[in-house]
Amino acid sequence: MSMRTPLGRVRGLGSAKDGTGHFWLQRLTSIASLVLTIFAIALAISLVGEPHAVVAARLGSPFIAVALLATIFAYAYHMQLGMQVIIEDYVQGELARVLAFAGNIFFCFAVALFSAFAVLKLGFGG
Amino acid sequence: MAQTGSPSDRHANRPLSPHLQVYRLTFTFLMSGFHRVTGVLLYFGIVIFVWWLVAAASSPAYFDFVNALFGSWFGRLVLLGMTWLTIHHALGGIRHFIWDTGYGLDERERELLARLTLIGSAALTLLVWILAYLLRGG
Repeated sequence: MSMRTPLGRVRGLGSAKDGTGHFWLQRLTSIASLVLTIFAIALAISLVGEPHAVVAARLGSPFIAVALLATIFAYAYHMQLGMQVIIEDYVQGELARVLAFAGNIFFCFAVALFSAFAVLKLGFGG
Repeated sequence: MAQTGSPSDRHANRPLSPHLQVYRLTFTFLMSGFHRVTGVLLYFGIVIFVWWLVAAASSPAYFDFVNALFGSWFGRLVLLGMTWLTIHHALGGIRHFIWDTGYGLDERERELLARLTLIGSAALTLLVWILAYLLRGG
């Protein structure tokens, strides 16, 4: 049995019961996305008009592949957090909310997994 | 006071807090909403980039097909839009970071920040595309 008072247990948790975790991760993933977006735009410019062989080799080179994986992960995480807030604001009804939360997580996972698979395939030799 | 009715009745009778329609439309209000709108568009728009990555990992023929689609005038228009949405959302994020530190919240400052976000995103988008055309020859 916990010795903490009921007030002590909930203080700082807010209505979503997860404290400042959401806020903190939203900021963390946005800082990561900010830096990685600059990298991604530079990479995109460097690939304009290049044939498949050049694109595949560059996307699969170790540093670029890892940076791309980081970009994908930061984006997907940030997307999940952002869409969750929008669902919390606009979707009403317990069932609709749960389905929307689940759909949001599935979609963001799909984005991350498809991109990561593509980058890893290129990195491990096309 | 004793509560009456089913839980859903009680829920339905709760007073609602005023929502969007009661506020005067201001530039900062629109820009705040637009940050969310750009976020939603990017959320779905990222599928374009996933598609391109998967195409690169599929086969040269399929990649050429997708690349030609992206290189068409319509594809370029969509990519130009995505560039602007990305940069606009990024600058909007920086604005939020400034606010997180407690600065930039006065009336004049927030008007300025909102204006800088809009002008800055348009300028940086043009810069990216001019660089791409200059360095890569379109």
